[in-house]
Amino acid sequence: MTSDVADPADAAAISPAADPGFLQRYGGTIEYILIPGAALVGALGVFGIFVALFGKSPLDLYFYMYQGAFGTWFSWQNTLTRAAPLILTALCTALPAQLGMVIIGGEGALLIGALAATSVALVMQSAPPLVVQLAMVAAGMIGGGLWIMLAGGLRQYRGVNETISSLLLVYIALAILNHLVEGMMRDPASLNKPSTREIGAANMIGTIPGTDVHWGLVFGVVAAVASYILIYHTVFGFAARVAGGNIRAAKIVGLSVGKLILTICFLAGASAGLAGMVEVAAVQGRTNANLAAGYGFTGILVAFLARQNPLAVIPVAILLGGISASGGLLQRRLGLPDASVQVLQGIIFVFVLASDALYGRIGFLKGKS
Amino acid sequence: MDIGRISRRHLLQGSAALTLGTAFGARSAVAAETTIGFIYVGSRDDYGYNQAHAQGAAALKKLPGLKVVEEEKVAETDAVEKTMESMINLDGATLLFPTSFGYYNPHMIKMANKFPKLRFEHCGGLWSDKDPKNAGSYFGYIDEAQYISGIVAGYSTKTGKLGFVAAKPIPQVLRNINAFTLGAKLANPKATTQVIFTGDWSMPVKEAEATNSLIDQGVDVLTCHVDGPKTMVENAARRGAMVCGYHVNQSPLAPKAYLTGAEWNWEALYPKFVKMIAAGEAIPNFYRGGLKEEIVKCSPYGEVVSAEARKHADDIKAKLTSGDYVIFKGPITDNKGKTVIAAGTERGQKDPELEKMDYLVEGVIGATS
Repeated sequence: MTSDVADPADAAAISPAADPGFLQRYGGTIEYILIPGAALVGALGVFGIFVALFGKSPLDLYFYMYQGAFGTWFSWQNTLTRAAPLILTALCTALPAQLGMVIIGGEGALLIGALAATSVALVMQSAPPLVVQLAMVAAGMIGGGLWIMLAGGLRQYRGVNETISSLLLVYIALAILNHLVEGMMRDPASLNKPSTREIGAANMIGTIPGTDVHWGLVFGVVAAVASYILIYHTVFGFAARVAGGNIRAAKIVGLSVGKLILTICFLAGASAGLAGMVEVAAVQGRTNANLAAGYGFTGILVAFLARQNPLAVIPVAILLGGISASGGLLQRRLGLPDASVQVLQGIIFVFVLASDALYGRIGFLKGKS
Repeated sequence: MDIGRISRRHLLQGSAALTLGTAFGARSAVAAETTIGFIYVGSRDDYGYNQAHAQGAAALKKLPGLKVVEEEKVAETDAVEKTMESMINLDGATLLFPTSFGYYNPHMIKMANKFPKLRFEHCGGLWSDKDPKNAGSYFGYIDEAQYISGIVAGYSTKTGKLGFVAAKPIPQVLRNINAFTLGAKLANPKATTQVIFTGDWSMPVKEAEATNSLIDQGVDVLTCHVDGPKTMVENAARRGAMVCGYHVNQSPLAPKAYLTGAEWNWEALYPKFVKMIAAGEAIPNFYRGGLKEEIVKCSPYGEVVSAEARKHADDIKAKLTSGDYVIFKGPITDNKGKTVIAAGTERGQKDPELEKMDYLVEGVIGATS
């Protein structure tokens, strides 16, 4: 059926319900906004009941959540700072998902990326800061990329399940990091907190002008948009999605599945490795065990909540950043334990996963053909 | 809901010097509602490191005119910077206690530079002249209390084998192991301490394995230096071994097996800090002390501790409290036969050489790397 609606501006002028063409064209997009939105509202409702059981007012809860996450300019910066690494680590799960792979080892790529970036900065101490910073970006991305490529290679050439191998690689990465930080790369002055030497104040990448938010946020948004374009608007991305849909069909039509897997895994790891580089160059200034803060694991949650869509990763990361930013205020004002924030994340996760069953089943969004 | 709290922000920043005296030697007493922020890396009821600080915070809550806000499970990344800022901006905190080692540099230093009129007190860091004047670091020579535990353990063991579950071979931990062993040898010159390093501060599974393995090898008194001694204490008691606690009093977990323990005395120090500020005295930026200064203390003896052990331990405790006893007194050899403190050399509690300790004394079974 053809539609007489030329563009969204015209569509807005026409009553949607009266025009099945509008719904046929945009119903899918509306679904993608409406269903997760409803899931979120449902989850917040259930969490409100949970909090009420502890004798706290749900209205206070919602107010403090809003205030802590988005209520003031400071709260916004708090939220965005926490969201920045999550966008990058979420891509580490979302990109391989296009191929039907479940990679959950972003934390390992982050650590290796951080280690690689630090190493490069330490050997290039005399170079101009911009050169060092670019080298750190490259080293972080290559380090992280190779790390996840390892999981992809094990899957392609050895038939090892990539979910298990990428998870186990996290522990190997952590062991390598601890080994180097407590041994070869240790700054002798770091007595009670084994750390590498500092990369130097001049080599730090700093914050976005006018804010407290570091450049990791910009890197994340750029990486997410680039991933979206790659997956949905290039031949390579189309091939990846074909292989993700049916790997045998992809092989029959002559796609080089092995190459696709390795490339996508490299890009995925590179984005988590970049997150590690940013943690070093914008936050910690050196490598130590502080880097294993769990961003890689929260990234998995972000990717699944975003239904593996690279663009949706951005708002979801901001949402989770906001939840964690407001978590502190909930502890302080309502006396809730930290675990309550995890309960909320868990409830949201369950609601969003359960809401998957609703796609394509909401009659009025389908239009009539 | 008090929305008004936010609008107080600017007012508070402007008058911060008035509310809590800082290094500038402010005159005024603690204002009507002074807010103090506490930040913990783990959960505040962990029967360990964080609980010890939470007990100190609880002691402050009892003082009039003080409001204490707390946040637990804050990672050692920029998350802690945002938590500090949130306490300052949204709660009006003017004195902050970020209590975990990894919060110090760069995070707390950055915040102290950003809010020069507020006071930051850190547990465990090594403040130096380069650091901001409104930042301070305090810590206790808890090896003195471990020495007392060692004496009690030396009398209580039947096999002569003591066990130590330790996190990492860093100076603070090695100093505790060595003091414990030297104390035990006062009571029983043939006593040995077998040490197992778990590799990190909170590894409950490895801590339980280490406890079981030590007991399987004939160890009958155990102590530890990890963030949460609960795992070791409960497992050892279940296996019929005796324990010396760490961080806080763990006797409620194992009343029959508990001999004594090395505890922090933050509930004495924190009110002291607040009173110093109220009186207009400057808190030294580098603040240290042991039993004498009431920064550490020993748990009350358990029922099974013999009269002989109590007498010897009380005697040494009295000497340490009066300040005329040196634990690290030459000649001391390490467990590889090398002399580490020459005969005639006394290394008192404040000796900077002890902060760099990298050996295990004779009588310790184990290696630092």
